[in-house]
Amino acid sequence: MKKRAIIPILYIIFLMLPVYWLVAMSFKTTQEILGGFSLFPQRWTLASYRTILTDPTWYWGYINSIIYVTLNTVISVTVALPAAYAFSRWRFLGDKHLFFWLLTNRMAPAAVFALPFFQLYSAIGLFDTHLAVALAHCLFNIPLAVWILEGFMRGVPKELDETAFVDGYSFPRFFARIFLPTIKSGVGVAAFFCFMFSWVELLLAKTLTAVYAKPIAATMTRTASSAGYELGLLAAAGTLTIIPGAIVIWFVRNYIAKGFALGRV
Amino acid sequence: MRKVNQKGWLFVLPVVILVAFNALVPMMTVVNYSVQETFGNNQFFWHGLGWFQDILRSERFHAALGRQVLFTVTILLIEVPLGIAIALAMPRKGFWVPVCLVTMALPMLIPWNVVGAMWNIFALPDIGLLGYFLNHVLGIDYNMTRDPVAAWITIIVMDVWHWTSLVVLLCYAGLVSIPDAYYQAARIDGASNWAVFRHIQLPKMKHVLTIAVLLRFMDSFNIYTEPFVLTGGGPGNSTTLLSIDLVKMALGQFDLGPAAAMSLIYFSITLLVSWLFYTLMTRHDTH
Repeated sequence: MKKRAIIPILYIIFLMLPVYWLVAMSFKTTQEILGGFSLFPQRWTLASYRTILTDPTWYWGYINSIIYVTLNTVISVTVALPAAYAFSRWRFLGDKHLFFWLLTNRMAPAAVFALPFFQLYSAIGLFDTHLAVALAHCLFNIPLAVWILEGFMRGVPKELDETAFVDGYSFPRFFARIFLPTIKSGVGVAAFFCFMFSWVELLLAKTLTAVYAKPIAATMTRTASSAGYELGLLAAAGTLTIIPGAIVIWFVRNYIAKGFALGRV
Repeated sequence: MRKVNQKGWLFVLPVVILVAFNALVPMMTVVNYSVQETFGNNQFFWHGLGWFQDILRSERFHAALGRQVLFTVTILLIEVPLGIAIALAMPRKGFWVPVCLVTMALPMLIPWNVVGAMWNIFALPDIGLLGYFLNHVLGIDYNMTRDPVAAWITIIVMDVWHWTSLVVLLCYAGLVSIPDAYYQAARIDGASNWAVFRHIQLPKMKHVLTIAVLLRFMDSFNIYTEPFVLTGGGPGNSTTLLSIDLVKMALGQFDLGPAAAMSLIYFSITLLVSWLFYTLMTRHDTH
């Protein structure tokens, strides 16, 4: 029994090694990094972090990312809720085809859409706004949110709805007061996955922004390529991008696995 | 049985509008480019299916498609069995469960270009942990900017690092849903570990494994950012996967017609394989 534990332990060590290296790099000075190999930082420095947290082009990258990710999560979950309810409760003309069509949008390579997205969002005057990125990410996040929420809603017995209507609840009141609290873990899981996929995506976010809504990930690519080998700075910026994800994951740890498993495939 | 209620369309309307806006308009733009030829000045001429024929016959597309298939098949063959093995070995309850789940999910929440940059730093021959270890401790000559084999291995290990946890989490969700009574019954019958796996655990995981394979197929087939940041498609063209090639063609050379035709062929392949797999896996399910 105990012997089996070796597999997850080895796996977790494998997962943590590159993360450790990134974090260790972020505390080293540039001279130390380029000077040779050292397993631990010899002279700890917070210089890289200080640069990022005081230079507006750096920290605005984080703020921009958080703004569009939040916006996208709110939009995706809000519109997905009624749709998932309809899919889980009723049959209507073309419902199955619609559901499959929604899922196919998860399969489109972002690379296919980069240029047309740029033209579309420039044409409607949203280029370089947080809203543009938030709306573009809806392409893959709304289908995912509908998929997850539908799975959770199907698990709620229909009798709940019927009893509420007999008791004289109107539909909006039933939905807000009774139904939403029942599936709140589902909403949490859907929001988590929307957050995650919007946070990690770069290609569309970079294509749709220039200055005002530029994501942190794009700021990093610029540093990596143009300003030479500022590895410490790159490592510190990378480390900071892991933190929001780690916080969010801690809150939903008991639901992550369940969210995908309940979806209908 | 669900009731027929056409009001359902009102409920799904916002979703349809938002997704259609994002999916159909760009898709029509792509279709539009794919059948036209341009000589600059924003003047376009009808080109029929010429670009499609060119792409389907081009060596460059065949090579990129070949590399893409090799990549996707390799990572599926590693990640799926490994994910199942780890999920089986994970504790079912207690303090270590949340610790395992959180640490394992962490790689999936790191922005994709940071994943690429992180592995780049990790693999630097003289100052990266992996590169230093291979070159100076094990004495293997490792440099992924020079050696295509090293670049390939690094990209595959990076993807295994990044996404095996998805398979683990899904399988784990399938496993914890098996009631204890099943295991007790198996023990009474004197079933071997293999028999328990084959007849109890695997069938229970079929549903989640279908999701896992589908998601891993789609995402690995469309992968762009991580290998682009890690190797930039090199050395030479050795790690130029389909998306990297496509972006090179569309944004680098601005060959909009061929790039659009390639996008459509690319998307059709993903769609077809996903649909076939989905149909095969759900064929025996009774609804």
